[in-house]
This record gives sequence, structure tokens and C-alpha cells, in this order.
Amino acid sequence: MINSYGFRKFKNRLFFILCAICVIIAVIPLASILLEVIIRGAPQLSLTFLTATTSRGGIGPAIQGTLILIGLTSILGIPIGVLSGVYLSEFGNNKYAQSLRTINNILTQFPSIIVGITAYGIIVLTLGTFSPIAGAVALAFIMIPIITRTTEESLKLIPNSIREASLALGAHKWRTTLNVVLPAAKSGLVTGVLLAVSRIAGETAPLIMTILGNRFFFQGLDKPMAALPLEIWKNSLQPYPEIQAQGWGAALILILMVLTINIAVRLASRSRMKT
Amino acid sequence: MTTPTTTQQKENLSQPDPSQQPITADVIDATAKMQAINVDAWFGQKQILKTVNLTVKPNSVTAIIGPSGCGKSTFLRCFNRMHELVSNSKMAGQILLDGKNIYDRQIDPVQIRRRVGMVFQKPNPFPTMNIYDNVAAGLRLTGTKKDKNLDDIVKHSLEQATLWDEVKDDLKKPGTSISGGQQQRLCIARAIALQPEVILMDEPCSALDPIATAKIEKLVIELKQNYAVIIVTHNMQQASRVSDYTAFMYLGELVEFGETRQIFENPKNKLTEKYITGEFG
Repeated sequence: MINSYGFRKFKNRLFFILCAICVIIAVIPLASILLEVIIRGAPQLSLTFLTATTSRGGIGPAIQGTLILIGLTSILGIPIGVLSGVYLSEFGNNKYAQSLRTINNILTQFPSIIVGITAYGIIVLTLGTFSPIAGAVALAFIMIPIITRTTEESLKLIPNSIREASLALGAHKWRTTLNVVLPAAKSGLVTGVLLAVSRIAGETAPLIMTILGNRFFFQGLDKPMAALPLEIWKNSLQPYPEIQAQGWGAALILILMVLTINIAVRLASRSRMKT
Repeated sequence: MTTPTTTQQKENLSQPDPSQQPITADVIDATAKMQAINVDAWFGQKQILKTVNLTVKPNSVTAIIGPSGCGKSTFLRCFNRMHELVSNSKMAGQILLDGKNIYDRQIDPVQIRRRVGMVFQKPNPFPTMNIYDNVAAGLRLTGTKKDKNLDDIVKHSLEQATLWDEVKDDLKKPGTSISGGQQQRLCIARAIALQPEVILMDEPCSALDPIATAKIEKLVIELKQNYAVIIVTHNMQQASRVSDYTAFMYLGELVEFGETRQIFENPKNKLTEKYITGEFG
């Protein structure tokens, strides 16, 4: 009896130790990347570095380009994504929507290089130039399925009794969706949108095929443009240590941007817990 | 589940739809506010209601009683066409409002729901709106233009729902911040604000404590001055306290319908008597 109890206790402890070891293994690469980026990137940070053009040793165009890309992509992606999610949640009780849902789930995992080539074929070849528009279209392809899914999921959390309350007052379905269901799901929607933004902010492969990169600040919607992930990628290929160091700095800025968005997500989802 | 329903729908196409057929004039009760004629209802293949007939008089309270699962809530939801919102649901027969069939093809269910208000089992104020907006919601959601009298309508509705004195200083507080009984009266005020002709209540007290229940019951009796009320309840004492007419349903059929006193003191049907005396239920 005592032996078997001791063995069971040992198994219990062994299980805990195994889990703990795995967590450590999982965290090591993440922590070391973060640490390395901070150690190598932090010395680069200065006002000149953040605002000057590439030839003056700064990443100003890249920061500006990434912000413009996020803006353009959001204009394209958020309305389409949210309304698609509304369709799947509120009108999606049929076989057609069921297959749409499956396709959408596959699209959320789509290889981004293929998205980039698609946007190259559709936009870059048509317009005859690399441009922020092509980049935004490519990133919107990535953003829309994510927002569609999170929107559908957060709308499904809204109890049906709320919809019935509105319909029983004689409100039409679109009124019910717009004025009752969507406001109730607001924090879930915001969370989904911010997660999608932080996902596209770091995408590199689609940008190579669409905005190309630029050493100067924004030159127009039909001209190549810089962006942080591109800057990191290009600098890392250079043999010169100063330029590689600029790449580290750019990486730190990108991580900080994504981190800020994630903190905003936390705040948004915390207010959801309260209500 | 879906395949048999589609075959059923196909069969229906070849037959004339019973809800669109004219009915003989002698069935219609001219004094009725609402009248259900031969109502059948299904969820998928399962028949919930079997040829139910019921007459609702104006300025009266009609209670529908019966054991759980007898179809009383489904029946109630046929009166404002909420039943058809559930997927796989089907309905046949007619329900008249002022002598006109609310299932007529030309009629938009949205118009019916504005005239026939509903209060649900669990209080369901809109969580993102404050108390004032909850009461005004019906007018705003149905596209009624900004009304200068909105303040008056909100006040009047809350007074009718006997809630005004309790919330008049807290109109900007969220509708979900008040107690369950107050929330249910808020939902009644929300229904009243649209000035419907009939109010349907689906076990409005089942989630409430006895004191809140007593307030709602008193309110139901007051409401019949202006409206016809149909109330579904599994509480027989409640039915006997608030209603003028009582319908007893069992397994999807209407067993007995009559004046409440007659049903409770002198039921004609053995089944009704057994249910009322508590032999089953």
C-alpha cells in the first residue's frame, strides 16, 4: 500500500516536472530572440534613426511606410472582414455559408508568399508599378479571413435572447444586427481587428512582391514604398555591420509596435470581462 | 433532420397552403382581439401543436397553462410570428388580429410584432443601453423619427410598468444594473412604449422572487385596461390570480378553454381536473 502510494506520488511529480521542462524549452527561443533584439537594437535608437532617410542612417521611411500600409489595409480589410463575419454569424444558417466558413478557415492559414504573388499578378502587373495599393491589397487578403472569423465568433457569444428582444419590438434584422448585436460584441470585434493588424504589421513576403521598398519617404500611391519588415530583411542581407545594426534597430521598433497593439488588445478584452 | 424537412416542404408546394385558405365566416368571432384557428406547428418533423383554437377578447388577460413541453410557449410565439425565426420551424393554420390573418402573404411579420408586443421568460434588457434608451429602443429601432415627445413616452411607459419611481433618478444607468424584477418591468415598459394592441408574456415571473412576482402580477391586471394580454405560466395559482380566461394545454392540444373561474372550480374535462388538483404536471 505504502509503496504504491509513493509511486503514485512520484508519477504526479514526474508529470509536473515534464510539463515544466517543456515550458522552459518553449520559452528559451522566444526569450533569447527578444533579448538579442533589445541588446543589439537598443543602441541604435535615436531621434535621427527614427526620423531620417536611409542614406542618413535612419529608418524613417520604413516606419512611415508601415503606418501607411496598416492604414490602407484597415480601410480595405476591416469593413469587408466585419461584414463577412456578420453574414456568417447572423445569416449563416445554411450549407452555402458552411462551405464559406471552411474556406475562410483555410484562408486564415494561407501561405503569405502566395498571397503576395497573387497581388503581384492582379495589381502590380495591371498598374505596371509596385505600389502601396498592391501591398495593402495583399495584406488585406491576409487580414480579412482573420477578422471574419473573430467577428463571427464574438457575435455568436451574444445570447439569442437579445436578438429576440429586438425582433419582438418589430425591428428589422439589419437594425437588430447594427444597433443591438454589434454594439454588444464591440470589445470582441476590437480585439479581433487589433490582432489582425498586429499580424499584418509583421508580414514580409507579400511586401517583396508588391511595394518593393524605397530609400525615401512616401512618394505617392503609385510608387514603391518602404516598410519595416522589408527594411529588416534587406539590411540582414548586407555585409556591412553598420547596416546590419540598423536592421536590428528596425526589428526592435517593429516588435515594440506589435507589443503596443497586443497591450491594447488586453485592455479591450479586459473591458469585455467587466460587462 | 434537414432532408425530411425539405421533402415535407416540397409536398406542401403541391398542396394548397392551409394558412392562405379563406375560412368560413361562421368560425370568426367578431368580438375577438386575436383568434387562433386550427394552428399546427412543427420543429423539424416533430409536431408541437395539433389543431389549436383559441379566442382572445380585448381588455382581458388570457392564461395558457399546462405541463412543461406541452407547446404553450410555441403557441404564444405564433401570435407575433416569432415561432418562424427558429430554424426548421413550420406553422399551419391562421391567427387573426382584428379579423385579419397575420400569416397572410402580404403581411410583413415586422408590422405584426410592432402591434403585438412580447415579454420573455428571462429579463432581457439591451446590455449596451441605459434605462432610458432601453425604453426608447422600440421607437428608435423601428425607425420612428426623433420624437419631441420621446421623454414623455419613456416616462409614461415606465409609469405604466410601475417602475418610474424606482428609476427616475437613474435613467442613465445601464439597463442591466437594476434587479431582476426591475429588469422585467423595464422589459414590459419597453414593450408598452410602442403602444401595442396585445402583449404576450412567456412565463414572465419564472426567474423572479415572490415579491417581484407579486408586482408583475399586479401590473398584468392593470395592463388589461389598455391591452389584451396573453400570459403563459406553469404556475396555476398565478393563472387563477391574474387571468379572466384560461386555456389548458396538454401534449400539443388545447384540452379545455373557458373563464378562469370555471376552469379552476368546475373543469369539464377529466384531464384538466387532474392537472388542476395536482395529480400530474
